[in-house]
Amino acid sequence: MKTVQIRYFASLREQVGLQREQLETAAVTVGELYDELRHRYDFSLAQDAVKVAINEEYRSMEYVLTGGEEVVFIPPVSGG
Amino acid sequence: MFDIVDSAIDGEKLRRDLLDPAAGGLVVFEGLVRDHNDGSAVTALEYEVFASMATKEAEKLFAEAREQFDVIHLRGAHRYGFLPVGEMAVWVGASARHREAAFQAARFLIDEIKYRLPVWKKEHYVDGPAEWVDCQGCYHHHGPDFPRK
Repeated sequence: MKTVQIRYFASLREQVGLQREQLETAAVTVGELYDELRHRYDFSLAQDAVKVAINEEYRSMEYVLTGGEEVVFIPPVSGG
Repeated sequence: MFDIVDSAIDGEKLRRDLLDPAAGGLVVFEGLVRDHNDGSAVTALEYEVFASMATKEAEKLFAEAREQFDVIHLRGAHRYGFLPVGEMAVWVGASARHREAAFQAARFLIDEIKYRLPVWKKEHYVDGPAEWVDCQGCYHHHGPDFPRK
């Protein structure tokens, strides 16, 4: 099991009801982690509708978790 | 330099950072809260920002703009929080020796900010509950190169 820090923003924050949490996961990739969380919190957005940032950098959903990362799933952005 | 702020953006102050004796052109874009979207009357926009990452991502955009365009100074800001109609949500500016580079850089910056910065807006309507704006087309613009692996 690996421990990751997760922060939530916008629609995901509202669906989880938290701004951040520390989580133990058996997920190998960050994409698997998203599916795990989607199942737990009933996220409306499918995996292909979100992006992910690891330690404040965009990464692919195939990124392999090593533990200790800050993970932020990015719902569709709408700045400007 | 790019600012993430929770109060009114001071465009005049930002503009001064673009001034340079070598600059022959200066282009500024201001993004404002408008009173409608997709046929619905909008009363306000509520912006949420992942500030530390947005600042880093904006600095990358500025570096890319400097590589692509012959600019002198670049500056930008994005506001977050609750913004009524008419308020300024985003400001970008570029100065350059010649106008073409200033126009191109300002255009590049605002487009990329909308595609890449971790910023979200929730629309508050005259009728009906507030909703997060789902800008699905934004990511696809970049294709497989975005995000970088």
